[in-house]
Amino acid sequence: MPKLQFDEKVCETCPTADCLVKCRFIDVDKDQAKAEMLRIARGEDSIVFDSCVTCYACEEYCKRGNHPFYLITEKREEKGLLTAPRAITTQWINIGEPQGKYKVGQIGKKVLSFGYMPELLDMAKGKLFEDLSPSFVFGQEFFCNVVYIHFANTSIIKKRLPMVMENFKKLGVEEVVCLHDECYGSFAHLAPAYGIEVPFKPIHYFDYLYERLQELKEQLRPLNIKVTYQRPCSSRLSSDKHRRVRQIMELIGAELVEREYQDENALCCGGIFAMLYGYDLANEVQTKNIEDMISHGAKYCVFNCPACQNTLGDKVAKKGIIPVHMIDLCKMAIGEKPLPEE
Amino acid sequence: MERIARLLANIVGPEYVSTASEERYFYARDPGLMPAHSPDYVVLPQSTKQIQQIIRLANQEKIPVVPMGAGLALTGLVIPLKGGIIVDMKRMNKILEVNEKARYALVEGGTSQGVLKSYLERHHPRLRHSVPDAPPTATIAANVSIHGQGRLTQQYGFNSDLVSGLEVVTGTGDVCRIGSCALSGSWFSKGAPMPDLSGMFLGWFGSTGIITKVAVKLYPKKNLRDVEIFVTDRAELVPDIVFEITHTEMAEDILVFTQPKPMMFKDNHHVSFYITGDTEEELEFKRKMIWHALDPFIKSKDGGFMGIPPIMKPVLLESPQRSASRLADVKKGGGFEYSGPIIMLEAYPECMKKLQDLAAKYDLAYSGMVRIIDCGHAAMFAFAFAFNRADADMMERTRNAIKEVSDFVLDIGGLHWKPTVNEQKLAIAHMDPNTRKLMEIIKANLDPNGIMNPGNWEVC
Repeated sequence: MPKLQFDEKVCETCPTADCLVKCRFIDVDKDQAKAEMLRIARGEDSIVFDSCVTCYACEEYCKRGNHPFYLITEKREEKGLLTAPRAITTQWINIGEPQGKYKVGQIGKKVLSFGYMPELLDMAKGKLFEDLSPSFVFGQEFFCNVVYIHFANTSIIKKRLPMVMENFKKLGVEEVVCLHDECYGSFAHLAPAYGIEVPFKPIHYFDYLYERLQELKEQLRPLNIKVTYQRPCSSRLSSDKHRRVRQIMELIGAELVEREYQDENALCCGGIFAMLYGYDLANEVQTKNIEDMISHGAKYCVFNCPACQNTLGDKVAKKGIIPVHMIDLCKMAIGEKPLPEE
Repeated sequence: MERIARLLANIVGPEYVSTASEERYFYARDPGLMPAHSPDYVVLPQSTKQIQQIIRLANQEKIPVVPMGAGLALTGLVIPLKGGIIVDMKRMNKILEVNEKARYALVEGGTSQGVLKSYLERHHPRLRHSVPDAPPTATIAANVSIHGQGRLTQQYGFNSDLVSGLEVVTGTGDVCRIGSCALSGSWFSKGAPMPDLSGMFLGWFGSTGIITKVAVKLYPKKNLRDVEIFVTDRAELVPDIVFEITHTEMAEDILVFTQPKPMMFKDNHHVSFYITGDTEEELEFKRKMIWHALDPFIKSKDGGFMGIPPIMKPVLLESPQRSASRLADVKKGGGFEYSGPIIMLEAYPECMKKLQDLAAKYDLAYSGMVRIIDCGHAAMFAFAFAFNRADADMMERTRNAIKEVSDFVLDIGGLHWKPTVNEQKLAIAHMDPNTRKLMEIIKANLDPNGIMNPGNWEVC
């Protein structure tokens, strides 16, 4: 069974304890933060178990790569501390259960991975993907399973992720372009943290888009719009790729409004919060987030994660902000899709 | 037979009478599992007067008369068990009046749900009626006659509770008006403050008379409508969850469903509720009230709200909702049958267990669906099974499972809804003798020759 490679000494010697000090849901100073992380590492009780809402942000706050959130998740599971209602956890585990209904295209050395996000199947078409799109995988058999860290259930990840790796291995692929950053985060960061061998090179689709847009540079027309970016929780697992958002926006001529809840200070879409904790937390976070978008003049809200778009898309639209996925926005920039009017 | 056919043709016109074998073949069956039985004649009248003449003729000739709407009940209620005349009501499909302020619609006895729905959408967009989750060809009169339920049942009761007047031709051939329409041209009440006579026709499946006009109450149609689904893995909590939702008085409709497929539904119970509002604020207020009402279940981790995938939401918001009939396609051969007893919701866990036991025992695909009735005073629990019409063995297993439900229903203090003839016999056998006597009196007086849908409610 894969085991989390967590080093207690890294926490002991941490000069900032940013993992918890920066957490917006837990109010602790540096000393207490460090103490709490060490308690957790030693299997003791901690206030963190009551307060952590599974936003994943501590994975980004920790600059020493010690995976505080994976540790919190592991220990919660060991102690039987549920984050989500049982029925919701069961439902999600059932959704990800391999059923032999996967789809694969004409597999080449490089493949496009839709994970298990059906929304992406129609999206990844056209010039941006023309060379790559015939080579794709979709289905639970290629689903990264990382979402279960929201549910304090790493066992299912440890059970399924090696099988997913095996499925990729059988295809003989060398590079996998992940259209969801949860998959990328899983293959590039979580799997190594658990010592799970990844038999290919994972590529974040932001990297792919950036390069592809440069290839199509002559077709690019500046969009000249003011946008905001809804950063997903899963982006925290691969925060090294977040810089691409700004780079892509610059390339396509979209002005990213500077607002309070962005980058490291971004707010979650609230979808998981609603499922885990009910109305109030989700509503508070969503209201703050959308008001911040409005007050800073955003006209479009750019989504990376289809689940975030499902959760927040209608809500921003009702406030006059146009929801659009990053891939669609790039299609607009190369004239492949019309820009929805403000 | 030719003589009777000629007499019927004199009443409705020759093009609206048939004795052709291919017509009789279709009118001999419904989409369920009941054995077929052919009628001798099929007629399609166009007026109350024609129906009166048909019933008078049938009395003279002692021929059975079976009124039929769209024939969708699945339990054989319009199968002419003793032959005779099928009175197909589809030509009587006019909307006669909509009173906006008193909020009722008066329609002819063969008017379909779909016709009234689209008429209201076009001409009275702020009004709606309680649409059942049956195909839109289902008729309003037949639906109230079987105590059907619809989208407003949680708020206002069975669709038969929403009747505000009837015109019927009794089994003796008399035309009677029931309710305020008996005294005036207004159809606002089916009884109160006078004696309510509608009970002599509603729930009798045409065995006391034929409904030729029906007025149904209409209700506000809000601009916005949304759906949420609360999920729990504990069957015993479902009645408590529904109690909390109904206590808020915020939900339009509440349904509970449990099914093993697709995988996302496996092992859980899903309480779906609908909210409506004229503004976003109204909708959000109702949403918040209900979410808060269920907070204790979330805190104890016994239940939570699922995120509804975008592809699923339009399906859930459909009215009528077609997803129930999709169960028929779970197996090849497109068969679907359910028994939907009316129960007290506290029996939900027992019913659920019974459904799963029967599905395992008879190796059948199943779905359990509950519609909450009138703020939780009762509920319809559908024991639904899918089967292959080309597989005789599977059909027999389904029949056996449904039969076991019939017995089980009475054991748990429930009532058979739109009961088969056998279930009607079971109910009569279990009934208080004086209640049965009262039914006998009604039946004997309204249908002295026993010609009206014979085989059904045969108390005499």
